Amino acid sequence: MKTRILGFVALVAVAAAAGVALFVVPADLNQGDAQRIMYPHVASAWLAYLSFGVTALAGIGWLWRRDLRFDAAALAGAEIGVMFTAFAIWGGMMWGRPVWGVYWQWEDPRLTTTALLLALYVGYLLLRRLTDDPERRATRAAIVGIVAAVDIPIVHFSVEWWRGLHQTATIGSPDRVLNPAAPMVFVGTLLGMLGAFTLAWLYLIIRRYQLARAEVQREEAARLDRLVSARTAEAVR
Amino acid sequence: MTDVGFVIAAYAVILGGLGLYTVSLWRRLRATRRRDDEAR
Repeated sequence: MKTRILGFVALVAVAAAAGVALFVVPADLNQGDAQRIMYPHVASAWLAYLSFGVTALAGIGWLWRRDLRFDAAALAGAEIGVMFTAFAIWGGMMWGRPVWGVYWQWEDPRLTTTALLLALYVGYLLLRRLTDDPERRATRAAIVGIVAAVDIPIVHFSVEWWRGLHQTATIGSPDRVLNPAAPMVFVGTLLGMLGAFTLAWLYLIIRRYQLARAEVQREEAARLDRLVSARTAEAVR
Repeated sequence: MTDVGFVIAAYAVILGGLGLYTVSLWRRLRATRRRDDEAR
Protein backbone atom coordinates (compact mmCIF):
# COMPACT_ATOMS: atom_id res chain seq x y z
CA MET A 1 0.00 0.00 0.00
CA LYS A 2 2.83 2.40 0.93
CA THR A 3 4.60 1.58 -2.36
CA ARG A 4 1.37 2.31 -4.24
CA ILE A 5 1.14 5.72 -2.58
CA LEU A 6 4.79 6.34 -3.46
CA GLY A 7 4.01 5.45 -7.08
CA PHE A 8 1.10 7.87 -7.17
CA VAL A 9 3.15 10.69 -5.58
CA ALA A 10 5.99 10.01 -8.05
CA LEU A 11 3.58 10.17 -11.00
CA VAL A 12 2.18 13.52 -9.86
CA ALA A 13 5.67 14.87 -9.12
CA VAL A 14 7.06 13.85 -12.54
CA ALA A 15 4.03 15.35 -14.33
CA ALA A 16 4.36 18.60 -12.33
CA ALA A 17 8.14 18.81 -12.88
CA ALA A 18 7.71 18.21 -16.62
CA GLY A 19 4.93 20.83 -16.77
CA VAL A 20 7.13 23.43 -15.05
CA ALA A 21 10.14 22.58 -17.24
CA LEU A 22 8.13 22.73 -20.46
CA PHE A 23 5.66 25.56 -19.88
CA VAL A 24 6.64 27.70 -16.87
CA VAL A 25 10.41 28.24 -16.89
CA PRO A 26 11.59 30.70 -19.56
CA ALA A 27 13.71 29.48 -22.46
CA ASP A 28 17.44 30.02 -22.23
CA LEU A 29 18.73 33.18 -23.95
CA ASN A 30 21.45 31.36 -25.91
CA GLN A 31 20.11 27.81 -26.31
CA GLY A 32 16.42 28.64 -26.67
CA ASP A 33 13.84 25.92 -26.03
CA ALA A 34 16.41 23.13 -26.51
CA GLN A 35 17.73 23.91 -23.03
CA ARG A 36 14.50 22.46 -21.57
CA ILE A 37 15.87 19.01 -22.45
CA MET A 38 18.60 19.54 -19.85
CA TYR A 39 16.20 18.86 -16.94
CA PRO A 40 15.26 15.22 -17.63
CA HIS A 41 18.68 14.62 -19.22
CA VAL A 42 20.63 15.56 -16.07
CA ALA A 43 18.10 13.85 -13.76
CA SER A 44 18.41 10.64 -15.81
CA ALA A 45 22.20 10.77 -15.70
CA TRP A 46 22.25 11.19 -11.90
CA LEU A 47 19.82 8.33 -11.43
CA ALA A 48 21.93 6.14 -13.68
CA TYR A 49 24.90 6.78 -11.34
CA LEU A 50 22.72 6.06 -8.31
CA SER A 51 21.34 2.84 -9.81
CA PHE A 52 24.77 1.48 -10.73
CA GLY A 53 26.02 2.54 -7.29
CA VAL A 54 23.25 0.37 -5.79
CA THR A 55 24.35 -2.51 -8.04
CA ALA A 56 27.98 -2.21 -6.92
CA LEU A 57 27.14 -1.90 -3.21
CA ALA A 58 24.66 -4.78 -3.40
CA GLY A 59 27.34 -6.80 -5.20
CA ILE A 60 29.71 -6.19 -2.29
CA GLY A 61 26.85 -7.15 0.05
CA TRP A 62 26.37 -10.46 -1.76
CA LEU A 63 30.09 -11.32 -1.74
CA TRP A 64 30.24 -10.50 1.95
CA ARG A 65 27.00 -11.98 3.31
CA ARG A 66 25.93 -14.50 0.62
CA ASP A 67 22.32 -13.35 0.92
CA LEU A 68 20.37 -13.47 -2.36
CA ARG A 69 18.40 -10.36 -1.37
CA PHE A 70 21.56 -8.38 -2.21
CA ASP A 71 21.63 -9.96 -5.66
CA ALA A 72 17.97 -8.97 -6.23
CA ALA A 73 18.84 -5.37 -5.32
CA ALA A 74 21.87 -5.48 -7.64
CA LEU A 75 19.71 -6.69 -10.53
CA ALA A 76 17.10 -3.99 -9.84
CA GLY A 77 19.80 -1.30 -9.87
CA ALA A 78 21.37 -2.55 -13.10
CA GLU A 79 18.15 -2.84 -15.08
CA ILE A 80 16.86 0.56 -13.98
CA GLY A 81 20.32 2.09 -14.43
CA VAL A 82 20.47 0.87 -18.03
CA MET A 83 17.10 2.50 -18.68
CA PHE A 84 18.15 5.84 -17.17
CA THR A 85 21.50 5.76 -19.00
CA ALA A 86 19.62 5.26 -22.27
CA PHE A 87 17.35 8.20 -21.36
CA ALA A 88 20.38 10.39 -20.54
CA ILE A 89 22.01 9.51 -23.87
CA TRP A 90 18.80 10.10 -25.81
CA GLY A 91 18.17 13.45 -24.08
CA GLY A 92 21.78 14.45 -24.70
CA MET A 93 21.50 13.62 -28.41
CA MET A 94 18.26 15.59 -28.75
CA TRP A 95 19.94 18.55 -27.03
CA GLY A 96 23.26 18.16 -28.88
CA ARG A 97 21.86 18.39 -32.40
CA PRO A 98 20.36 21.90 -32.08
CA VAL A 99 23.06 23.25 -29.70
CA TRP A 100 26.30 21.56 -30.90
CA GLY A 101 25.17 20.78 -34.44
CA VAL A 102 25.76 17.02 -33.98
CA TYR A 103 23.87 14.20 -32.28
CA TRP A 104 27.02 12.43 -31.19
CA GLN A 105 30.79 12.79 -31.22
CA TRP A 106 33.02 9.86 -30.31
CA GLU A 107 35.94 12.19 -29.49
CA ASP A 108 33.99 13.62 -26.54
CA PRO A 109 35.08 11.85 -23.31
CA ARG A 110 31.71 12.28 -21.51
CA LEU A 111 29.76 10.79 -24.41
CA THR A 112 32.17 7.92 -24.99
CA THR A 113 32.49 6.95 -21.32
CA THR A 114 28.68 7.09 -20.95
CA ALA A 115 28.28 4.79 -23.96
CA LEU A 116 30.81 2.47 -22.33
CA LEU A 117 28.81 2.58 -19.07
CA LEU A 118 25.68 1.53 -20.97
CA ALA A 119 27.55 -1.29 -22.74
CA LEU A 120 29.06 -2.53 -19.45
CA TYR A 121 25.70 -2.84 -17.71
CA VAL A 122 23.92 -4.30 -20.73
CA GLY A 123 26.74 -6.87 -20.58
CA TYR A 124 26.01 -7.32 -16.87
CA LEU A 125 22.36 -8.11 -17.62
CA LEU A 126 23.33 -10.52 -20.42
CA LEU A 127 25.87 -12.23 -18.17
CA ARG A 128 23.13 -12.96 -15.65
CA ARG A 129 21.36 -15.06 -18.29
CA LEU A 130 24.29 -17.43 -18.76
CA THR A 131 23.51 -19.65 -15.76
CA ASP A 132 20.44 -20.82 -13.84
CA ASP A 133 22.36 -21.38 -10.63
CA PRO A 134 21.37 -18.36 -8.47
CA GLU A 135 24.57 -18.38 -6.39
CA ARG A 136 26.98 -18.70 -9.29
CA ARG A 137 25.02 -16.02 -11.17
CA ALA A 138 25.09 -13.67 -8.17
CA THR A 139 28.87 -14.07 -7.73
CA ARG A 140 29.70 -13.48 -11.39
CA ALA A 141 27.31 -10.54 -11.57
CA ALA A 142 28.65 -9.00 -8.36
CA ILE A 143 32.22 -9.00 -9.70
CA VAL A 144 31.18 -7.44 -13.01
CA GLY A 145 28.90 -4.93 -11.25
CA ILE A 146 31.71 -3.78 -8.95
CA VAL A 147 34.33 -3.54 -11.72
CA ALA A 148 31.92 -1.71 -14.06
CA ALA A 149 31.20 0.88 -11.34
CA VAL A 150 34.76 2.18 -11.81
CA ASP A 151 33.39 3.90 -14.92
CA ILE A 152 30.93 6.03 -12.86
CA PRO A 153 33.49 8.56 -11.50
CA ILE A 154 35.26 8.49 -14.88
CA VAL A 155 31.99 9.52 -16.59
CA HIS A 156 31.30 12.20 -13.99
CA PHE A 157 34.76 13.79 -13.91
CA SER A 158 35.51 13.28 -17.62
CA VAL A 159 34.38 16.87 -18.31
CA GLU A 160 36.90 18.16 -15.78
CA TRP A 161 39.77 15.85 -16.72
CA TRP A 162 39.63 16.11 -20.52
CA ARG A 163 38.49 18.62 -23.11
CA GLY A 164 35.41 17.84 -25.17
CA LEU A 165 32.13 19.20 -26.48
CA HIS A 166 30.24 18.53 -23.26
CA GLN A 167 30.01 21.39 -20.79
CA THR A 168 31.46 21.11 -17.29
CA ALA A 169 29.18 20.48 -14.28
CA THR A 170 26.56 23.17 -13.61
CA ILE A 171 25.81 22.19 -10.01
CA GLY A 172 27.36 18.74 -9.56
CA SER A 173 30.89 19.98 -8.93
CA PRO A 174 31.82 20.57 -5.24
CA ASP A 175 32.98 24.16 -5.89
CA ARG A 176 29.73 24.99 -7.71
CA VAL A 177 27.22 23.77 -5.10
CA LEU A 178 26.82 27.22 -3.55
CA ASN A 179 27.57 29.11 -6.75
CA PRO A 180 25.96 27.25 -9.66
CA ALA A 181 26.83 28.21 -13.22
CA ALA A 182 23.16 28.80 -14.15
CA PRO A 183 20.35 31.17 -13.03
CA MET A 184 18.53 30.01 -9.89
CA VAL A 185 15.24 29.51 -11.74
CA PHE A 186 16.93 26.89 -13.94
CA VAL A 187 18.73 25.30 -10.99
CA GLY A 188 15.45 25.15 -8.98
CA THR A 189 13.63 23.51 -11.91
CA LEU A 190 16.48 21.03 -12.31
CA LEU A 191 16.37 20.17 -8.60
CA GLY A 192 12.57 19.75 -8.85
CA MET A 193 12.99 17.37 -11.79
CA LEU A 194 15.73 15.54 -9.92
CA GLY A 195 13.44 15.10 -6.89
CA ALA A 196 10.51 13.91 -9.01
CA PHE A 197 12.64 11.45 -10.98
CA THR A 198 14.20 10.19 -7.74
CA LEU A 199 10.72 9.39 -6.37
CA ALA A 200 9.94 7.51 -9.59
CA TRP A 201 13.31 5.73 -9.31
CA LEU A 202 12.56 4.72 -5.73
CA TYR A 203 9.19 3.29 -6.74
CA LEU A 204 10.71 1.38 -9.68
CA ILE A 205 13.63 0.01 -7.68
CA ILE A 206 11.25 -1.32 -5.00
CA ARG A 207 9.00 -2.96 -7.61
CA ARG A 208 11.94 -4.41 -9.56
CA TYR A 209 13.43 -5.76 -6.33
CA GLN A 210 10.08 -7.41 -5.47
CA LEU A 211 9.97 -8.96 -8.94
CA ALA A 212 13.55 -10.24 -8.65
CA ARG A 213 12.78 -11.81 -5.26
CA ALA A 214 9.62 -13.45 -6.61
CA GLU A 215 11.55 -14.82 -9.61
CA VAL A 216 14.30 -16.27 -7.40
CA GLN A 217 11.71 -17.90 -5.12
CA ARG A 218 10.02 -19.41 -8.18
CA GLU A 219 13.37 -20.69 -9.47
CA GLU A 220 14.11 -22.21 -6.07
CA ALA A 221 10.69 -23.89 -5.95
CA ALA A 222 11.22 -25.32 -9.45
CA ARG A 223 14.67 -26.60 -8.43
CA LEU A 224 13.21 -28.28 -5.35
CA ASP A 225 10.46 -29.86 -7.49
CA ARG A 226 13.07 -31.25 -9.89
CA LEU A 227 15.09 -32.59 -6.96
CA VAL A 228 12.04 -34.25 -5.38
CA SER A 229 11.03 -35.77 -8.75
CA ALA A 230 14.56 -37.15 -9.26
CA ARG A 231 14.64 -38.65 -5.75
CA THR A 232 11.16 -40.16 -6.19
CA ALA A 233 12.19 -41.71 -9.53
CA GLU A 234 15.32 -43.16 -7.85
CA ALA A 235 13.24 -44.59 -4.99
CA VAL A 236 10.76 -46.20 -7.44
CA ARG A 237 13.69 -47.92 -9.21
CA MET B 1 13.56 19.69 -37.06
CA THR B 2 12.94 22.77 -34.89
CA ASP B 3 14.11 23.18 -31.28
CA VAL B 4 10.56 22.43 -30.12
CA GLY B 5 10.62 19.22 -32.17
CA PHE B 6 13.79 18.09 -30.37
CA VAL B 7 12.23 18.98 -27.00
CA ILE B 8 9.10 16.95 -27.83
CA ALA B 9 11.21 13.99 -29.04
CA ALA B 10 13.31 14.06 -25.86
CA TYR B 11 10.40 14.30 -23.43
CA ALA B 12 8.22 11.82 -25.33
CA VAL B 13 10.90 9.11 -25.26
CA ILE B 14 12.01 9.73 -21.66
CA LEU B 15 8.56 10.13 -20.07
CA GLY B 16 6.98 7.56 -22.39
CA GLY B 17 9.80 5.11 -21.67
CA LEU B 18 9.42 5.64 -17.95
CA GLY B 19 5.68 4.99 -18.23
CA LEU B 20 6.09 1.91 -20.43
CA TYR B 21 8.74 0.42 -18.13
CA THR B 22 6.51 1.02 -15.10
CA VAL B 23 3.54 -0.71 -16.76
CA SER B 24 5.69 -3.63 -17.95
CA LEU B 25 7.17 -4.03 -14.46
CA TRP B 26 3.71 -3.99 -12.99
CA ARG B 27 2.49 -6.66 -15.40
CA ARG B 28 5.55 -8.88 -14.87
CA LEU B 29 5.12 -8.65 -11.10
CA ARG B 30 1.42 -9.41 -11.29
CA ALA B 31 1.98 -12.38 -13.63
CA THR B 32 4.68 -13.80 -11.34
CA ARG B 33 2.46 -13.45 -8.26
CA ARG B 34 -0.50 -15.00 -10.09
CA ARG B 35 1.64 -18.00 -11.14
CA ASP B 36 2.82 -18.38 -7.54
CA ASP B 37 -0.78 -18.32 -6.28
CA GLU B 38 -1.80 -20.94 -8.88
CA ALA B 39 1.15 -23.15 -7.91
CA ARG B 40 0.00 -23.07 -4.28
